[in-house]
Amino acid sequence: MNSRRRRTVAGLALPLLAVGLVACSGAGGGGSKSGGKSINVLMVNNPQMVDLQKLTADNFTKQSGIKVNFTVLPENDLRDKASQEFSSQAGQYDVATLSNFEIPFYSKNGWLAPLDSQVSADASFDQADILKPMTESLTGADGKLYGEPFYGESSFLMYRKDVFAAKGLTMPAKPTWQQVADLAAKLDGAQPGMKGICLRGQPGWGEVLAPLTTVVNTFGGTWFDKDWTAQVTGQGFTDATNFYVNLVKAHGEAGASQAGFTECLNNLEQSKVAMWYDATSAAGSLDGAGSPVAGKIGYAPAPVVKTANSGWLYTWAWGVEKASKNVDGAWKFVSWASSKQYEELVGAKLGWSRVPAGKRTSTYSNADYLKSAAAFAKPTLSAIQNANPTDPGVQPRPTPGIQFVDIPEFTDFGTQASQFISSAIAGKLSVSSALSKSQDLAQAAAKKYKGK
Amino acid sequence: MTASATVAPSRTTTTRKRKSSGVRASSLSAGLASWLIGIIFFIPVAWMVLTSFHSESDAGTNPPKFGAPLTLDGYREFFGSGTGQSPWPALINSATASVVSTLLVLGLSIPAAYALSIKPVRKWTDVMFFFLSTKLLPPVAGLLPLYLFAQNAGLLDNIWLLVVLYTSMNLPIAVWMMRSFLVEIPPAILEAAAIDGAGLINIMRKIIAPIALPGIAATALICFIFSWNEMLFARVLTGVLAETGPVFLTSFVTSQGLFLAKVCAAATAVSLPVLIAGFAAQDKLVQGLSLGAVK
Amino acid sequence: MTTTAATSVNAPTSEVRIRHSQKGQWKRRAPLLPALIFLIIVTQLPFVATLVISFMRWNALDPNNKGFAGIDNYRTVFTDPTLRSSVITTVVLTVTVVLVSLAIGFAVALLLNQSFIGRGIVRTMMIAPFLIVPVAAALLFKHGIYNPTYGLLNGSITSLWDLFGAKNPPQPDWIGSHPKIMVEVELIWQWTPFMMLILLAGLQSRDGEIMEAALVDGANPWQMFRNITLPHMRQYLELGGLLGSIFIVQNFDSVFTITSGGLGTANLPYTIYQTFFSAHDYGLASAQGVVVVAGSIVIATFALRVVSSLFVEEEAGR
Repeated sequence: MNSRRRRTVAGLALPLLAVGLVACSGAGGGGSKSGGKSINVLMVNNPQMVDLQKLTADNFTKQSGIKVNFTVLPENDLRDKASQEFSSQAGQYDVATLSNFEIPFYSKNGWLAPLDSQVSADASFDQADILKPMTESLTGADGKLYGEPFYGESSFLMYRKDVFAAKGLTMPAKPTWQQVADLAAKLDGAQPGMKGICLRGQPGWGEVLAPLTTVVNTFGGTWFDKDWTAQVTGQGFTDATNFYVNLVKAHGEAGASQAGFTECLNNLEQSKVAMWYDATSAAGSLDGAGSPVAGKIGYAPAPVVKTANSGWLYTWAWGVEKASKNVDGAWKFVSWASSKQYEELVGAKLGWSRVPAGKRTSTYSNADYLKSAAAFAKPTLSAIQNANPTDPGVQPRPTPGIQFVDIPEFTDFGTQASQFISSAIAGKLSVSSALSKSQDLAQAAAKKYKGK
Repeated sequence: MTASATVAPSRTTTTRKRKSSGVRASSLSAGLASWLIGIIFFIPVAWMVLTSFHSESDAGTNPPKFGAPLTLDGYREFFGSGTGQSPWPALINSATASVVSTLLVLGLSIPAAYALSIKPVRKWTDVMFFFLSTKLLPPVAGLLPLYLFAQNAGLLDNIWLLVVLYTSMNLPIAVWMMRSFLVEIPPAILEAAAIDGAGLINIMRKIIAPIALPGIAATALICFIFSWNEMLFARVLTGVLAETGPVFLTSFVTSQGLFLAKVCAAATAVSLPVLIAGFAAQDKLVQGLSLGAVK
Repeated sequence: MTTTAATSVNAPTSEVRIRHSQKGQWKRRAPLLPALIFLIIVTQLPFVATLVISFMRWNALDPNNKGFAGIDNYRTVFTDPTLRSSVITTVVLTVTVVLVSLAIGFAVALLLNQSFIGRGIVRTMMIAPFLIVPVAAALLFKHGIYNPTYGLLNGSITSLWDLFGAKNPPQPDWIGSHPKIMVEVELIWQWTPFMMLILLAGLQSRDGEIMEAALVDGANPWQMFRNITLPHMRQYLELGGLLGSIFIVQNFDSVFTITSGGLGTANLPYTIYQTFFSAHDYGLASAQGVVVVAGSIVIATFALRVVSSLFVEEEAGR
């Protein structure tokens, strides 16, 4: 017994000792900070950012001597972390990926460093080349510029041209949602296990609510009218949600209530769906090297009902924290990551389909880029240019934003509402009760804006 | 053991060899059932490890490709081939937080357990319950003040803050465990030593330590596991410098693209220290979790 | 054996020992103080701050509007249906996970207590789930197992259907249609080994002589289980229940990872986290925290009574 006891103690001690040794050796090495010439970057884990991470050390750090420490998080975690960091101005990070949702009210709260002086001093950056809707959506209420886009996107409809051809169907040049629903019904089962369309159903204001809100806009609905009265139970919103939920239930992907961008991308690549309405940035993966459906995908504008366009506008952009002690280093990094040269670097090193596009006019006249993005470059550019954040629907809005309501409260009530809608897609809740719950939340959240 | 014996222990020494064929049949079926349940519980782990050796596109297929060619790509990604981001700083942080907090817990809990068992203070049961009651409070409720404190004290993104928090997180359980081990030491031995004139330190070192050593090891193992696994404090209170293994692990999850093989590789790698420690010291684990019930 | 009944052990001797001088008392207390003071500072002080903040109007997203709120936050807490439903979710989640994993854990412990070929291997396989980092386990279940398009469950269904040449295998949306059960299954998977370990320890501490005596007396296995094993195991079951409850009530990783609190799975830790990190309503989050702490104290006092009554019974049975 005694010897056995000793053996198990030893067995326990060994791994502990091993990690202990690692800890000691690490404590010595980890303590050395590279002379203060470093910046901390908080960013979302999207493929474009992972590419950036890969290219930073050998290019940016080599040229500038600035070491970059990254924290990479999935989208929801990133939003929590970023708002915590910026609201408390904790100064842990110099730069973060923020979107055109956060930047307007972050800047209003004085959490971001304006970039105007850096931009005007840096002619090679060429701010005029940045697509206009992008610059506008990253400008604060005070007219100063608070962010630089890393990549931008709108939304459009992607479909399998070969499946359409096999079924003798054609995609209209400007499809309406009703046409898309009819097509989805006909495409169901076009191949074994194939469903008509993939639409997001995953909870999260940036998940299911993004495509849904564009559908709401074009059905004539809105979250709020001009006076901040919630309209979630209004006719347009109700029609749109019923349409969306019924479409995805009847002809949508398996597991719709948990499906987000990744799941839909996978579904389309694995021939589990014939159409997909989502971000234009998906095209790069679908038509990229190694995709089983490369060359088979057609692109149509976002389907409409009552409006002329309904694509969203979204950009992951770099924001510099006000409390940063190294704004110059931060700008060097931002201007490198958002530059034309960086796009060329990605094109040369990793392939042109992986370029973080959708932000610069020049990208769309670059012959190399157009060669690999021939199928989707034009639809993407026109989708972005047609997006109008200040007037996305049929009625005037109290605040800009296409697929979101640009107030900080939206993250919370939007997320909760998205959970109700996700439950409706899963069939656990009726659309009308999901919407009436969401209406109450929206009403309560906008109370403080009313009458202002 | 004494407890609730209902059968009179008078006729114990008779017939030792009662291995009838019925018993054998029942232990055969017990063996089969055990194997079945064991395999069911092990499938997710096996699937995780198998997927970690698959390529990203083989991992995301339906039906699953069990026999897909094996590759180390997932582990290469984990060790930074894709991102240039090494996992070592995060793993070292986890190791620091777990090992140091475990040592601190032992340093604090052993004397405390001594004062609760061998030479107990008055109302020691109340003290025991106080320790346990701190475990019943939801840590998330204290998170905001801790965050604000850390920010103002400049302790955000500092691994030593996690060391302190993990120590407090594990201290109550450790005190309970250590006490149950110390209480096993026969008072007679201690009294004899005291009469022989041995000082407290000597008694600690010469008598208590050897007897309590397996218990200390068991306690250390449990504390190590819980600290290594902790995620809530780590994700809120750390950033680039003090990031721990579990937080690093989530960085492979993306909302745009395939990541299953990478995440499985990362999950396997991050769980490995705990798996090794746990497998190597299964008996300690049993002993520790039952608060020393088994010798 | 003494074990969990820690409290009662040595009771007579300690009575004698306690009759020492006041100075002796302080000498006795000295080794206890570092741990006690440390724990009070680290775990109790933050709650004082939480209490203060809970009376403030403080939303980090609205930094210019900060001040004293009176009991507004508490009014919101008690009228807000979210917190109420998360209380229910927490109770359901905890009770289900603890009971089911205790039951399975007990069954497995009984099986593992027999001798059969490869017992060590089975035990090792059984322990493995407990040793996987919880967030890794949650990610594995969400993406690797439950995922309707490429998870192991639906994948295996497809393989099975293919095997028999059947077309269109069912591909259920596991998380979407049974969100709570899926979270519970993952937690049960992780915590059954924990219960099993405790109960195995209990089984191994049974008095072999009593068992044999019972056999000689002609007791059948069920009678032995009913009259010897079960009474003996009671305290281990309660210990497992108590420790399991402590950890599962506070579970955050699984809910956060598997459902992001959606589909009615938001438990208390998640709800508070969300108020804190998504809504950034520090005042409300603190009020929620205070209410939950108050509730925990009430339940804890009750639960600890039960445990301590167990100790007393133990002693009486001696």
